[in-house]
Amino acid sequence: MSAANAPMSPQRRRFLTDTARMGAGCAVAGAGLAWLATDSRALPAEALRPPGALPEEDFLAACIRCGLCVRDCPYDTLSLAELGSDGPATGTPYFTAREVPCEMCDDIPCVAACPTGALDPDLRNIDDARMGTAVLVDQENCLNFLGLRCDVCYRVCPVIDEAITLEMSHNDRSGHHAVFAPTVHADHCTGCGVCEKSCVLPEAAIKVLPVRLARGSSAEHYRKGWEEQDNHGAPLVDGLIDLPDRLPGPGTDNLAAPGGFEPAFTVPGAGQ
Amino acid sequence: MKAKTALPVGYEAIQDKGWWLAHRFLILRRLSQAFFLLLFLLGPWFGIWWVEGTLAGSRTFGVLPLTDPFVLLQGMVAGHWPEMTALMGAVIVLAVYALIGGRVYCSWVCPINPVTDAAHWLHERLGLQKGWQPKRHTRLWLMGAVLVVSALTGVVAWEIVNPITMLHRGLVFGIGFAWALVLMVFLFDLFVSRRGWCGHLCPVGAFYGLLGTGSLLRVSASRRAACDDCMDCFAVCPENHVIAPALRGQGAATPLILSPDCTNCGRCIDVCSVDVFSFTHRFDSHIEAPKPPRPEPVANKPAAGPIPEG
Ligand code: SF4
Ligand code: SF4
Ligand code: SF4
Ligand code: SF4
Repeated sequence: MSAANAPMSPQRRRFLTDTARMGAGCAVAGAGLAWLATDSRALPAEALRPPGALPEEDFLAACIRCGLCVRDCPYDTLSLAELGSDGPATGTPYFTAREVPCEMCDDIPCVAACPTGALDPDLRNIDDARMGTAVLVDQENCLNFLGLRCDVCYRVCPVIDEAITLEMSHNDRSGHHAVFAPTVHADHCTGCGVCEKSCVLPEAAIKVLPVRLARGSSAEHYRKGWEEQDNHGAPLVDGLIDLPDRLPGPGTDNLAAPGGFEPAFTVPGAGQ
Repeated sequence: MKAKTALPVGYEAIQDKGWWLAHRFLILRRLSQAFFLLLFLLGPWFGIWWVEGTLAGSRTFGVLPLTDPFVLLQGMVAGHWPEMTALMGAVIVLAVYALIGGRVYCSWVCPINPVTDAAHWLHERLGLQKGWQPKRHTRLWLMGAVLVVSALTGVVAWEIVNPITMLHRGLVFGIGFAWALVLMVFLFDLFVSRRGWCGHLCPVGAFYGLLGTGSLLRVSASRRAACDDCMDCFAVCPENHVIAPALRGQGAATPLILSPDCTNCGRCIDVCSVDVFSFTHRFDSHIEAPKPPRPEPVANKPAAGPIPEG
């Protein structure tokens, strides 16, 4: 007498088919929604999040898209992404450096306005913000790299001389001038975008990129020998033989002149 | 079918109670919808920043935080524990709607409601078929699906497509292509499914419905004895399955409309020419004894012209 042979009661059958139908419908709708949700994570490279924004994955779980950060930004830097016309997830706040950069307010009103913590309230010093990292992307068009003294990106930087410096080197083209290369130091760059905004070229040669694009990363097990030696006071490995440095170019003979060039000619009478 | 059901919906109520009493809650409701929208628009349009933000989260007079609890809940299942301000805002909203009825949000605040109401009005005007009618609890399933997707993807999922916040944010901040979504909802309700969006699918409505399960403010058919079966309340109610248990209840069965689906829109109160319905609280289950029948309207209004069509 097995119950399996008994016909299923009509109510039970209806309940089961209804549930199956509803479940399947929801699975389809849910899959579509999940696809859109995953898609919404793709943040375009030129869209920067406000100061203190959590990493993108966390940000999309945290931001309720209320726009209070946008309202409280005194420079109208931020806007909410509009469906279909802006890249970031619909309704989330972002800015484009070349349009309106972040002026790095001391009191960080955008962070103070955020009710959810999508903008991290632990960010108290705006210099610690990392909205992105400036990269001098086009040395071939940067006026300073061409040997001129534009310097604009350097001068406007709110963290001048720390986030961006001018590194002097020889100008090979003219042979007797210097090149002052604008050089970003990622440890201090907040990604505010003022440099990109101010670049005088029609298309900025310095651009703020999301950190994930702007930076590489060092392998965890890499050690910089010179730093370790400074910390340690001595080479990490004892008994290391200091071999003479072999330098490139003609006239190098490490045996004749360990550690350097052998003079190409000798002044008659010298060394006698 | 009684002769009265053939009269245009609300006709008798207008005749007997006058235009205002027959449209009171409809007008108040439209005013309320406009009022809440205007609060948010005062800032961007006129520079009066009383209320800032959007329906998802706002700040009133610089102090009072309000947060949409459903949006926040999705964020929480997606893995973010919000700061105090947002939590407080959500608790306030939860408390208010738990008291006055969750779906009061749907009929008195939500900016999509005028859109779906307009679709319904046109639907009736064009005399269209009711079309696809998924079960009412589909929206509960969808709500569950939204939460699951939020948890799986780590994204506040419904906000990617939510026509409510899209439209609201669009009006307050800039619309983008969000109008297309709103148009889709309109067309869906007009051609595909009568009262389909708010009545069957919207997971936000489902959430607020759950929230208002035990709400204090209720409509009661306390004078159901006077009902003359004109069916007008069924015709205007966006969730008309909620009426029958209260109106058709026999004997001591409660006259209160206790279904959480009732939106407390009050339209049934408007259109009832014999004032069967009224707003009351959930503990007031008194039933009024039948009144003596009112005099024939013909005697009162000999001047009443022929009944207009449609
Ligand atoms: S720090 Fe100031 S300028 Fe920058 S986004 Fe925030 S409010 Fe705007
Ligand atoms: S204030 Fe916070 S939650 Fe609101 S839009 Fe800005 S980042 Fe998102
Ligand atoms: S983005 Fe440019 S201006 Fe801003 S801190 Fe970095 S280097 Fe300076
Ligand atoms: S029962 Fe009345 S108040 Fe409730 S939704 Fe229907 S018409 Fe509105």
